Amino acid sequence: MLDTVVIPLLKIAVLVNAVLVAVTFLVLMERKVIAWAQSRLGPMRVGPYGILQAIADPIKLILKEDITPVKADRHVFTLAPIMSLVPALVVFAVVPFGPDPLYYIGDINVGLLFIISVTSIGVYGIILGGWASNSKYPLLASLRASAQLISYEIAVTMTLVSVILTTGTLSLVGIVEAQQESGIWFAFIQPVALVLIFIGGLAETNRAPFDLPEAETELTGGFHTEYSGMRFALFFLAEYANMIVISAIVVLMFFGGWLRPFPNIAFLGFLDLLPAWIWFVGKVFLFLYVFIWIRATLPRYRYDQLMSLGWKVLIPVAIGNLVVTGVFKVVF
Amino acid sequence: MPEAYIPIFLFILVAIGFAIFTLMVSRLVHASRVNKVKLEPYECGIEPLTDARDRYSVRYYLVAMLFVIFDVETVFMFPWAVIMDELALFGLIEMLVFLFILVIGYVYAWRKGALDWA
Repeated sequence: MLDTVVIPLLKIAVLVNAVLVAVTFLVLMERKVIAWAQSRLGPMRVGPYGILQAIADPIKLILKEDITPVKADRHVFTLAPIMSLVPALVVFAVVPFGPDPLYYIGDINVGLLFIISVTSIGVYGIILGGWASNSKYPLLASLRASAQLISYEIAVTMTLVSVILTTGTLSLVGIVEAQQESGIWFAFIQPVALVLIFIGGLAETNRAPFDLPEAETELTGGFHTEYSGMRFALFFLAEYANMIVISAIVVLMFFGGWLRPFPNIAFLGFLDLLPAWIWFVGKVFLFLYVFIWIRATLPRYRYDQLMSLGWKVLIPVAIGNLVVTGVFKVVF
Repeated sequence: MPEAYIPIFLFILVAIGFAIFTLMVSRLVHASRVNKVKLEPYECGIEPLTDARDRYSVRYYLVAMLFVIFDVETVFMFPWAVIMDELALFGLIEMLVFLFILVIGYVYAWRKGALDWA
């Protein structure tokens, strides 16, 4: 009872809180980095250098008026943000923050498959949200968003297969351990896969340059145009939690997860003074910074360009990468 | 190892509970001053004339169909990739045949214009 229920519940409570805090500070980080990229200061009013903005924003969102449009389907309208948030949080159940069972909630032998399938459920939240709003912009945006998500999912899933070929396991702990054994981050063994998954991850989290579902010049606010208050906040939370998930997957599969840089060089052993989870979180935030950096740098794609990039470039490259990996695996 | 899934099941319950709890708390404390115009669908200031649930481009259906085909085929590759060490050359040739059939379908869809969005 203690081992199967109480301790996991404690870990879940810590993890959910950590994710929520990470999301609020990620939003602040995004505003700051984009402000600096545009020679502005960003939020400065709340607390020193605007640090307390991360606390002020959630409080504001809770207190904001939360309206349900008259034409909306009331129940589905409330269900959609929940369906969007729950998968984004549940994925963290299999993300290992360190080598020890203390640092993860469950290490299941189909971890990667679990992540792929659970994150896919988030699409339902977007479709239902746009449909239940019964308004033209959200409906169009939700169709766009779901078409975009499923298009890039094929390329990402195929690329994951080539990474699994290199590791021979679906367990995320196993993937990091395989990198420790081979003494090299998979980023150097599977560079093409890294690029594919990173581009696919940007598209699946609706981030710039693929943020068409939220293209404000065409579709006002995207699929959550009609949402306000806390229900909007849940969508928002889900989007940023998904960003953290994608960064975590990239770090676990290609950058050695919780391992320090150069895990096989003994002379750099002093790097182990930092605990494993700090290395992991640090790497994840480095990638989140890259996400924000890309948003500050690149302009938005056009929709037909986006679809043809997904279907005509990424999928053939993913198939090619899979075949090359398979042949290499057998020949060498 | 079904007991490994108990924490994950708990996590799902906690996540659902968290989402519902925050909505309830917000319902208790948030402001509420509604009027007729505020509750209308948003259309950039124009009064909505028609219902939003209109017909839309068939392309979205096409993308969804293609997704189902390709994604299911990709899922077949997962078990193959995991036990590739044991299958060796036989497994590789088997999967190359499978991929070849997949690519034929892909090229067909491309030539038919199913992947073009204009």
